[in-house]
Amino acid sequence: MANVPAIEIRDLHKQFGSLKVLKGISLTACQGDIVAIIGGSGSGKSTLLRCINLLERPTSGEIAIQGEPYRMKDARHGGLEIADRRQVQRIRAHLGMVFQNFNLWPHRTVLENVIEVPIHVLGMKRDEAIHRAEELLNRVGLGSKKDIYPAVMSGGQQQRAAIARVLAVDPLAMLFDEPTSALDPELVGEVLSVIRDLAAEHRTMLLVTHEMAFARDVATHVVFLREGIIEEQGPPDQIFGDPRSPHLKQFISSVA
Amino acid sequence: MTTVFDLSLLAYEPPGWGKLLLVGFMRSIQLAAGGYLLGILIGIAGAAGKLYGNKVVRDLFEIYTVVIRAVPELVLMLLFYYVGTDLLSRASTAMGFGSVDIDGLTAGILVIGLVQGGYATEVFRGAILAVPRGQTEAAHAFGMSPAQVLRRVTLPAMTPHALPGMANLWMIATKDTALLAVIGFSELTLVTRQAAGATQHYIMFFLAAGVLYLALTLISNVALRRFERYARRGLVSTR
Ligand SMILES: Nc1ncnc2c1ncn2[C@@H]1O[C@H](COP(=O)(O)OP(=O)(O)O)[C@@H](O)[C@H]1O
Ligand SMILES: [Mg+2]
Repeated sequence: MANVPAIEIRDLHKQFGSLKVLKGISLTACQGDIVAIIGGSGSGKSTLLRCINLLERPTSGEIAIQGEPYRMKDARHGGLEIADRRQVQRIRAHLGMVFQNFNLWPHRTVLENVIEVPIHVLGMKRDEAIHRAEELLNRVGLGSKKDIYPAVMSGGQQQRAAIARVLAVDPLAMLFDEPTSALDPELVGEVLSVIRDLAAEHRTMLLVTHEMAFARDVATHVVFLREGIIEEQGPPDQIFGDPRSPHLKQFISSVA
Repeated sequence: MTTVFDLSLLAYEPPGWGKLLLVGFMRSIQLAAGGYLLGILIGIAGAAGKLYGNKVVRDLFEIYTVVIRAVPELVLMLLFYYVGTDLLSRASTAMGFGSVDIDGLTAGILVIGLVQGGYATEVFRGAILAVPRGQTEAAHAFGMSPAQVLRRVTLPAMTPHALPGMANLWMIATKDTALLAVIGFSELTLVTRQAAGATQHYIMFFLAAGVLYLALTLISNVALRRFERYARRGLVSTR
């Protein structure tokens, strides 16, 4: 069990029409790994993350979660399609995704957002779900906001609520897609500090970010994506302290 | 020549016509409510079919909405009523059940529902498109089934966008019931005509009917506004 990677990606390709966005990505994240994915805009970071929970269907390649590969079949017009929707739903329920734009459900209060998936997807009892949700909301500093609607909260609060929503499913792995990019600068810190806490618990996560100092600080592994391939990867000190590829050097100096 | 207003003719018990008017009014409300609900069901199915269905399904609903919106309602109702009841009784005769008499209320609800459904399809389609993609995407990402996404996220999130259009459709439904007088359905307009004809008090009876329709609209408005406030919970007011 301990040796089974939480996420294993083998030779992943993805194209939109004729646009090749991912050109053969292989990546493994083991339990407790915190993989930071960096790279320029349009390099395919979001697409890579969205392939992991099949929000995007890969064109080819294999993805396994906790050793279980998604069952895919060849689509009629090329590429792959989902062969077993139930399997996908079951796996998705254990992969928590945090979006750049939070994507909370606006017609539900903060608490209702957090209990939604435990109750309706995981089949948890309502009392228990509420109890756990309240704990999680306290943990991200939103205990007093549980009965208000997302739209009246700041971006930082919404993103912390979104993180609580993910924690409520006790995910195998968390997928963060630029969780602070939509935030006003003064709100970035409160979200990063919540993520830092989770990192300290050795939760498995894949984190797409432009916060280089943060990535260097919390990641166990850094992946530099450029034009759909992994151009360089390694431990953070190596990637940020001793980058080899000229593109990575240039990228780091441009965002620093 | 009698006076224009002889209010005793509106009394509940005969010789007053009040009871008959109220019964007609209740029938109008039943028709409108039944047709409206049926229209909502057809509309949700139609919007889902147009947005997520395959080519055949999309084309079928497209034809349906184009026809419904292009042909005058009265013509549609006559068509649905006569063709529908004719087909039904032929089918039942062919199957050996003998001729059936489809009851007026059911037929009326079906006819109004089919018309309403054409408009509701377009209202819901627009409303669903107004829901930011990220909200349904998040639901999928958490492992909800397509039906759960529809029920728990898409429908409640699109409701506020659909409400103005659906409120209009309710008003239209209440008034479209009057068209059914043509096929002899004794709703408010038909009984009003009968009462007016029998007593020669045209102005008074049609005013009375107008007041009833108006009352229905005003009460509906209150209810709709209340529901809108509920449906818009969580949306920041733009006003
Ligand atoms: N649904 C889509 N349809 C067509 N092209 C897309 C789609 N999603 C992403 N792309 C394209 O794929 C490329 C990579 O996008 P993305 O993965 O979002 O990059 P990143 O997150 O690194 O900025 C971009 O050129 C983008 O325009
Ligand atoms: Mg992106």
